[in-house]
Amino acid sequence: MKRDLFDALQNARAERRAVAVITGIDNGEQRMISRTGAGNDLLAGVLDVAFRFDQSGVHGDQFVHVYNPPLRLVIIGAVHIAQGVIPMALQAGYDISVIDPRGAFATGARFPDVALHVEWPDEILPKLGLDGRTAFLALTHDPKIDDPALALALKSEAFYIGALGSKKTQGSRVDRLRAQGFDDAQLARIHGPIGLAIGAKGAAEIAISIMAEMTKTLRLGD
Amino acid sequence: MILDQASEWLNEGRKVALATVIETWGSAPQPVGSQLVIDGEGNFIGSVSGGCVEGAVVTEALDAIASGKPKVLAFGVADETAWKVGLACGGKIRVYVEPLGQ
Repeated sequence: MKRDLFDALQNARAERRAVAVITGIDNGEQRMISRTGAGNDLLAGVLDVAFRFDQSGVHGDQFVHVYNPPLRLVIIGAVHIAQGVIPMALQAGYDISVIDPRGAFATGARFPDVALHVEWPDEILPKLGLDGRTAFLALTHDPKIDDPALALALKSEAFYIGALGSKKTQGSRVDRLRAQGFDDAQLARIHGPIGLAIGAKGAAEIAISIMAEMTKTLRLGD
Repeated sequence: MILDQASEWLNEGRKVALATVIETWGSAPQPVGSQLVIDGEGNFIGSVSGGCVEGAVVTEALDAIASGKPKVLAFGVADETAWKVGLACGGKIRVYVEPLGQ
């Protein structure tokens, strides 16, 4: 790979732009294409699937290498379950932001390895920007904090939206958000009760069920 | 990530090659897109096979740095040489090796 192409690739990654590098396996010719410009490409169909499913591969004599932006995890609530999710999410390659306006919860001692925001979600979320490579968890159990955050997540392209709480809690949550104007199709994006149904008991096992559901949604779709 | 390591090495003035898994069949341990970055001294970071064929890939990478030309390597149980270098997990992989930044 030539230096100018490599530098362009590194810039795209730093700016969270999805790009693909296409290599002619036989002749070594290479070019980079951005996801936004892929619709007019000769390989448009291939590129669409490749970006969507994060799937690099050989097509004819060309290798299409997808460079999607790194995965991100935004967690509302500096709570016990978040402490269980974070080590696994770090290993799976997520950049993590934890948001909680309650200073007693959101301390560096409790959350040493993540970007910690002691702010209200509706102040910080617009600055973070939730894109299609972002998973979103609302874990506080407190509608004052979770609801405005969920409203912003529903308006975003986040690939996974999960909210902690029982079926009853989820029911009343959905009612409140419906009253704000969200329709059933939008509200169906919220995974609640959160996590795959594996009978999880306690924070660690709930964290496993959340990671499993996030991964399933990322790889297989909603 | 591997590319950041590559970038660092290039900026230090090292010769660098990049190896990328382009195809896999069967129970290959590393998915398509996995990368190994190699410098002119044979130092490497990353993985294309979970350790099975890295040695052979590094040798080929040094050739690619010397020749300035990319090449495609194939490893699998059907290939006697590959069997010797140890892709014993039963999978097959193809690896694209290219000089970087030349």
